[in-house]
Amino acid sequence: MRPVEISDELVGEIRRHAREAYPDECCGFLFARATPGSPDAPRTVVGVQRAPNQFEGERRRRFVIRPEELRAAERATEGTEREVAGFYHSHPDHPARPSTFDEEHAWPWYSYLVVSVSGRDALEVAAFELEDDTGRFQRVPLRIASPAVAGVTENLRTSGAR
Amino acid sequence: MAKAVVKIPTPLRPYAGGHSEVPSDGADVGTLVRNVAETYPGLKRHLFSADGKLRNFVSVYLNDEDVRYLSRDATPVRDGDVVSIVPAIAGGAPASRARPQPAVLPVLPNPPGESLDRDELRRYSRHLLLPEVGVAGQKRLRRSKVLLVGAGGLGAPTALYLAAAGVGEIGLVDVDEIELSNLQRQVLYTTADVGRPKLDAARDRLEALNPGVRVVTHPGRLTAENALDVLRPYEVVVDGTDNFPTRYLVNDACVLLGKPNIYGSIYRFEGQASVFDATRGPCYRCLYPEPPPPDLVPSCAEAGVLGVLPGLIGMVQATETVKLLLGVGEPLIGRLLLYDALAMRFRELKLRKNPSCVICSAKPTQRGLIDYPAFCGVPSAEVGRAGDGLPEVSPEELSSELSGDDPPMLVDVREPNEWDIVHLPEAHLIPRAELPDRLNELTGARRLVVYCRTGGRSAQATRLLLDLGFSNVRNLTGGITAWAQKVDPSLPTY
Repeated sequence: MRPVEISDELVGEIRRHAREAYPDECCGFLFARATPGSPDAPRTVVGVQRAPNQFEGERRRRFVIRPEELRAAERATEGTEREVAGFYHSHPDHPARPSTFDEEHAWPWYSYLVVSVSGRDALEVAAFELEDDTGRFQRVPLRIASPAVAGVTENLRTSGAR
Repeated sequence: MAKAVVKIPTPLRPYAGGHSEVPSDGADVGTLVRNVAETYPGLKRHLFSADGKLRNFVSVYLNDEDVRYLSRDATPVRDGDVVSIVPAIAGGAPASRARPQPAVLPVLPNPPGESLDRDELRRYSRHLLLPEVGVAGQKRLRRSKVLLVGAGGLGAPTALYLAAAGVGEIGLVDVDEIELSNLQRQVLYTTADVGRPKLDAARDRLEALNPGVRVVTHPGRLTAENALDVLRPYEVVVDGTDNFPTRYLVNDACVLLGKPNIYGSIYRFEGQASVFDATRGPCYRCLYPEPPPPDLVPSCAEAGVLGVLPGLIGMVQATETVKLLLGVGEPLIGRLLLYDALAMRFRELKLRKNPSCVICSAKPTQRGLIDYPAFCGVPSAEVGRAGDGLPEVSPEELSSELSGDDPPMLVDVREPNEWDIVHLPEAHLIPRAELPDRLNELTGARRLVVYCRTGGRSAQATRLLLDLGFSNVRNLTGGITAWAQKVDPSLPTY
């Protein structure tokens, strides 16, 4: 289970997307620095990118990111230090907790960020990862920090590891 | 046979030895992917459903083309091709609060209908104190309609708690009369009720518990002909059946009507429960596409059941029913709860919707109800339990043969613990499962009569012996139970 670190600026972008899409669900990609690292090493989100919600039906409570979109996003990271590390989506008028449907469609390894949105207010944000043994989402620590602080924690962690 | 490369998506690399691509060979895409899964078995459950098909949110690309638009699994592969496995990402808000399901009435802040009267306020005060229920929730329960299919081990505790909780209308389907052997677990009934139709006794008991509940009885069997009409008026269906034909029938009817099916089943010391709601999760057929062979799964009557067990599973069903009606909590959808009473352990398995489920998938191949007894391989009621065209002997005939000069050899194919309860004198015990290995014990006999408790297992044993070349084998009609009723009333029945 990887804790997720993200800047408040990027969280702001996710919240903005959630508000704009309301009452529909929004969705998008999380990019992180590609590090082979241990499965418990924190994952620092370094970028987010909107994806079209291509669910064919009621988008107020479902989203789909088509494989073509994921392939395109992965291709865009080829040769860079980034990788697609997970996805965000919004829960309109519902808490930032994964639903059964989320769990049924979850993949291991990726980080999932859920933002609760109600009208013009984007509320709670929480991060989850699929626990592979149980097939259940587990909430993972989410650290939201200003870019400077995120940089500091990253440096501290690196120096600590040496 | 082409040699190609299969690209593994990042989340699955840990299951493929950390590789981002793996060489594989095969003539088509399906074979290629399956070969990779053979090499790395950890990939299997992420790529394939239980029936061996690719999961519906796994996409496969041949070079840059989605194989769904080519020939799917059969798309031919050439040397040097690149096959990519690509996840489709999906999710969404829980349905229960964000948007009510079609089958369940919306939970309104102040539902219409009369307010609760003084007695109701007192009766339900412990519910009203819960913010998750409150007056609105209690009124919601009062407007609810729940159908219990089966008023036996599972239906009895479920009915009691739903009535106590104030569910407005409880429908009951059952055909049986109460027997003394029911009372070990069917707590809805009393000793004085033995011999009464279950539905009559249940109605009396439930109305005595809560006069505010309307009990609607549906006597007779649930069949493919009447099921849709019986189920239609209800919001939630509770499956408390004891046989596979009815279980599949209830499932299919619920899927067709878009109703949640609260499933429970029990066997000896173990139980299962789940909520099958095909509008937002798997159905019973996603879990068990086909019934087991009829002789593999004995009923409670044959296998026995710990009396407390259906109580616990029935109360799980009652809990899930009340939660669905109130729209609170996380329903047991997509999860199979397993309970082991001997170990006193609960486990939970994750269930997924089968993308090729014949009834609840996006492209169902079955759009109506079918002949369920035939589907489950059970002889229909008209043919009788004894089987079709098997040589039979009645208890009276057997009695006179046994007192004659040349009595047949009696073979009891029940279990040793049943033998201990009661058996016929001179009988020879060979449990049905051991029969094929113990045929040598029968070779001396010129004539055989096989019996069990009521004639079902012995019919199978008779069929087996005839198929193996024994020529003079007959089945005792109605088993030792009929013998006790017609020949020797001093013997106990069970």
